[in-house]
Amino acid sequence: MKEIMTAKNVKLSYGNFEALHGIDLDFPEKRLTALIGPSGCGKSTFLRCLNRMNDDITGVKISGDIRFNGKDIYSPKMDLVALRKHVGMVFQQPTPFPFSVYDNVAYGLRIAGVKDKKLIEQRVEESLKQAAIWDETKDNLKRNAQAFSGGQQQRICIARTLAIRPEVVLLDEPTSALDPISSMEIEKTLMSLKHKYTFIMVTHNLQQASRVADQVAFLMNGNLIETGPTEKMFISPKNKVTSNYLNGRFG
Amino acid sequence: MSEKNDDLKKVVNQALAEQKVPHVKLDKMKPSTVDIDKLTKPSKETHQEYWGKGLTFLAIILIILLVVSIIGFVGEHGLATFFSDHVNIIHFLTSTNWDPTQGENHVGALAMIVTSFLVTLISALIAAPFAIAVALFMTEYSSKRSAKFLQSVTELLVGIPSVVYGFLGLTIIVPTIRNVFGGTGFGILAATLVLFVMVLPTITSLTVDALKAVPTELRNSSAALGATRWQTIYHVILRASTSRILTAIIFGMARAFGEALAVQMVIGNAVLMPYNLVSPSATLTSQLTSQMGNTVMGTLPNNALWSLALLLLLMSLLFNFLVHLIGKKGKK
Ligand SMILES: Nc1ncnc2c1ncn2[C@@H]1O[C@H](COP(=O)(O)OP(=O)(O)OP(=O)(O)O)[C@@H](O)[C@H]1O
Ligand SMILES: [Mg+2]
Repeated sequence: MKEIMTAKNVKLSYGNFEALHGIDLDFPEKRLTALIGPSGCGKSTFLRCLNRMNDDITGVKISGDIRFNGKDIYSPKMDLVALRKHVGMVFQQPTPFPFSVYDNVAYGLRIAGVKDKKLIEQRVEESLKQAAIWDETKDNLKRNAQAFSGGQQQRICIARTLAIRPEVVLLDEPTSALDPISSMEIEKTLMSLKHKYTFIMVTHNLQQASRVADQVAFLMNGNLIETGPTEKMFISPKNKVTSNYLNGRFG
Repeated sequence: MSEKNDDLKKVVNQALAEQKVPHVKLDKMKPSTVDIDKLTKPSKETHQEYWGKGLTFLAIILIILLVVSIIGFVGEHGLATFFSDHVNIIHFLTSTNWDPTQGENHVGALAMIVTSFLVTLISALIAAPFAIAVALFMTEYSSKRSAKFLQSVTELLVGIPSVVYGFLGLTIIVPTIRNVFGGTGFGILAATLVLFVMVLPTITSLTVDALKAVPTELRNSSAALGATRWQTIYHVILRASTSRILTAIIFGMARAFGEALAVQMVIGNAVLMPYNLVSPSATLTSQLTSQMGNTVMGTLPNNALWSLALLLLLMSLLFNFLVHLIGKKGKK
C-alpha cells in the first residue's frame, strides 16, 4: 500500500514549550487514520503540521520531515496555496463564511479560478450530498450559512472542503459539536468516501475511531505511543498505556 | 487500578506535607441557621442595588433633559427665522443669496449646504481607500510591533486639536495651491485636503476595529482552502466587515461635516456657490464660527445663523440614523 503522507521525527515548539517530541507516523493512501489521545497531547498541533497551518503562529518552531507524495512540504520551494488545495482541513469549531451556503461551498473552486458555472453548481450539489447536508440546504442555498445550526454548519464546512477535491482531508474532531444522528451521518459519509480520499481525523470518541478508522495512532504528552491497524490497537495493543487508555482507565 | 490510586494518594500526601499554609479545617462550614425575619427584609446588598439603580436613573434623566433642551433651544431660534422673520423655508434651502442683514429675501443657504456636502463627500471618499489600505496593512500584513506603532500614530493624529490642522493647512496647503493653480489658494480643495488628513485617522482606527472583529478562524479556514492572503482579504474579510467599514466611513463624514475651525481657516469664507475647487467658499460650520460674533441675539442675521445650526443638528441626526440602519443590515 502506498503511503501518501509520511512524518519523520516531527518536533514542534510553541516558544519554549515543546508540544511534539519527535513523531514518526505514516498515512496510507485512501484510508482513514484516527489520531486519539488525552486532551492537550498535541493531536491538533500535529494535524496542523500536515498542511502547515501552524506556520503563522508567532514563536513556533517546527523540525523534522513531512512528505506529501514524496515531496517535502516544508521545503522552501513548496507552494503553500497548492499544498492546501491537496491537503484540505476541517476545523474543530464550524467556521462558515458569512455568506450563502452556495458561495461557501463554491469558495474553494472560485478562488482556484474555476469559472465554469455548470461545474461549480454540480460540485456544490455533489459535495453537499457527500457531507450529508443536501436535504437540509437544497431549498435554501442562498441562505446565510451562519444562520444554520452548529451541526449543519459543520457539515457545510465539510462540504466546502470536499468541494475542492483534496487528496487528503484533515479533520479535527469534526463531530464534537454534533448530535449523535448528525455524527452518524458524518461517519457514514466518511465510510463511503474513504475509498476515494485519505482522511486523517482527530477524535475523542473511541467508538467512533473503532467504527470508521483503518489505522489508529495514540498520542500522549507530545509522543506517539503506539500506532497500528484499528483492530489490533483495540484488541491487542502492545503498550500497556494504550490499553489503559482504550479501556477508559485514565482520568 | 489500585496501583494508580496508590500513586494518587502519595502525590496528595506529599502536596499536603509541602503546604506552607496550615490545612484549613472545614468543620465550621456547617449551614448557618436561617433567620426568617432577615430574609423578608431588604438586605444590605438590596439597598445597594436600589442606590445604584437610582443613581444611574438620575444621570440618565439629566442627560435626557440636556439633550431635549439643546434641541429645543436650537429649534426655537432656528425656526424663528421662518416663523417670526417670515423667511420662506424653500427659499432658505434653494437660494444662494446670503446676506441676512439685507432682510428676509436674502437668507439663502444653498451655497453653504452644497459646499458642506462637497467637502465632506470628497474628503471622505479620498480618505476611505487610504484608511482601508492602512487598516488592512495593520491587521493582516504587518508584524505586531509595527501595527502597534501605527496604532499609536493614528491615535495621536485623532487627538490633535483641529486648530492645529487648520494652521498647518493655512501655512502649507493654501500657499501650495496658490502657487500651482493660481488664485488665492483658499477654497474647497484646501478644505478637502485638510479634512482628508483629519478624517483619515478616524476612519482608519474604526476600520481596524472592524477588521479585528473578523474571527481568526475565518482567515484560517480560507487559507486551508488554498486561498492566498489577498483572496482571503478580498472575499472573506472585507465581505464580513463591510457594514462596519461603512459605519467607519460615515463616522468620518460626520466628523468632516461638523468640522468648523480648520475649515474656516482655509476655505476663504465667502458665501458663494463654488464654481471650481479653488474658489473661496463657505460651509455651514465655517459660516457659523466666522459670523457668530458679528450678530445681535434676536435679530434676523442671528436667527439665520441658528437656522444653519439647526440644519447641522438635523444632519448629525441623519448620520446617526444611517449608522443604525447599516448596523441593522449588517446583522442580518
Ligand atoms: N497557539 C499555541 N500557543 C502555545 N501553546 C499552544 C498553542 N496551541 C496549543 N498549544 C499547547 O500545545 C499542547 C497541545 O495542544 P493541542 O491543541 O495540539 O492539543 P490536543 O491534543 O488537540 O487537545 P484537545 O483534544 O483538547 O483538542 C497543549 O499543551 C497546548 O497548551
Ligand atoms: Mg485539539
